[in-house]
Amino acid sequence: MSTPIITEKKWLRILLTSISLLFMSLFLLVPLGTIFYAALQKGLLLYVTSLIEPDALAAIRLTLLTATIAVPINLIFGVCAAWAIAKFNFIGKQLLITLIDLPFTVSPVISGLIFVLLFGAQGFLGPWLIQHNIKILFAVPGIVLATIFITFPYVARELIPLMQAQGNDQEEAALTLGANGWQTFFHITLPNIRWGLLYGVILLNARAMGEFGAVSVVSGHIRGLTNTIPLHVEILYNEYNFVAAFAMASILALLALFTLVAKTVVEWKL
Amino acid sequence: MEPLIKFTNIKEKSVLPGFGITVGFTILYLSLMVLIPISMLFIKTSALTWPQFWEVISAPRVVASYRLSFGASLLGALINAVFGFLVAWVLVRYPFPGKKIIDVLVDLPFALPTAVAGIALTTTYASNGVLGRFLEPLGIKAVFSPLGVVIALTFIGLPFVVRTLQPVLQDLDPEIEEAAACLGANRFKTFFQVILPAVFPALMTGFALAFARALGEYGSVIFISGNMPMRTEITPLLMITKLEQYDYTGATAIAVVMLVVSFSLLLTINLLQWWSHEDQPN
Repeated sequence: MSTPIITEKKWLRILLTSISLLFMSLFLLVPLGTIFYAALQKGLLLYVTSLIEPDALAAIRLTLLTATIAVPINLIFGVCAAWAIAKFNFIGKQLLITLIDLPFTVSPVISGLIFVLLFGAQGFLGPWLIQHNIKILFAVPGIVLATIFITFPYVARELIPLMQAQGNDQEEAALTLGANGWQTFFHITLPNIRWGLLYGVILLNARAMGEFGAVSVVSGHIRGLTNTIPLHVEILYNEYNFVAAFAMASILALLALFTLVAKTVVEWKL
Repeated sequence: MEPLIKFTNIKEKSVLPGFGITVGFTILYLSLMVLIPISMLFIKTSALTWPQFWEVISAPRVVASYRLSFGASLLGALINAVFGFLVAWVLVRYPFPGKKIIDVLVDLPFALPTAVAGIALTTTYASNGVLGRFLEPLGIKAVFSPLGVVIALTFIGLPFVVRTLQPVLQDLDPEIEEAAACLGANRFKTFFQVILPAVFPALMTGFALAFARALGEYGSVIFISGNMPMRTEITPLLMITKLEQYDYTGATAIAVVMLVVSFSLLLTINLLQWWSHEDQPN
């Protein structure tokens, strides 16, 4: 980066830098530190005990299960959507992009509410589901569905600009040289987009594991059964069990920090 | 872009395969996962007559929640517009130790789950917390008060402003500032008459994105706000309250109001982005 020839006086630069660092500290750094401080306040033993307690383990398992289902599904969708949107020009493309972005603009509470309206006892499919003894709401399928909804746009959103910037020349060359569609995709497109894809998956995974509002609406908060890590954090916190709440929260905070580091590395590779 | 555009039906000609299947799958999956569920909101609300709908969405407790949600989101977005600008400016222009780490941490509110942010902010700003203990003697109650809502919404909005401004500040041509200085403007004047107008569309976009995100926010707010009806109850929480009382219609009516507001904001943001691209001197 070239430093501009004209800049502010030294005292002003120091003042402005200090104000921004102070602001960042008040709103980001101190709260982040508080998580780990509060988790380890009563010693490492209690920290570990809080994490291996059965309800905590059940929450961790459910969160991992949810992410294991939601991430691949949205990954396949994201690649498909990005291929259609970035590689072809068609009428209604802009509308399709806007619709894919919808879950980002909707409040998480509304994202949960729509599944209650669809699958709840008073809902659209509710009576049919009860008749056939299928449980979606206040059970694992509801949590997975809400998570898929919330994380829907991530991969497509990362890939579309990247694939558009790369253009179609390499794929067209491969096809001209006799490769079929799949060969072209796996040997040409995929290697080109791998870092962008990884970036999208990292963000998707972080959101899938950390989603609170939408999952809270559909989960029913049954301890050990339908509690994900964020929901378990809420329950423990509301029970004034602060060490355990922050111990669970610290897993998610570590995941967030890992996500930020991974994002930085991937951005550097892109 | 292609020099020759030939339309065959709805799609431009291309040698690449897979258009039909990918676009078909995209539309199918989008409809099943997103469009049909969202349409439920309107189907459910259509069961209400207009006077009934109006009664639900204009009840005093609901109006109080709009006032808090809009007011706190607006204030949070304004704080971010000022301090986010400053952070972006410092990150782009001034060297200082630890800059790379600060730059990475700007995205923390994107990556940190909202419930975790909520309990962390509450503990930090509570009267016995690391920062709250300094506010208490000043008579400032940062937790279980509208101020707490503003703190949470400022936290989650920060990256939107910084990340929208950073590339624009980076691309700002130093020559225009040099020209301003040559023509006799001091730094203060250059900033307000040259730099600020150039980045203003981006600043507005960041502001609108932060505001839109804050309006729907739930997880980080509910711990710090205390959730007192009429006083510190945000609109998303009121929807949850109504759901817990099995008042599905009430919750849905409020959701429709929020959805319409979000769409209007989305439209505004798209217009702002178009405006900022128009204005960019290339």
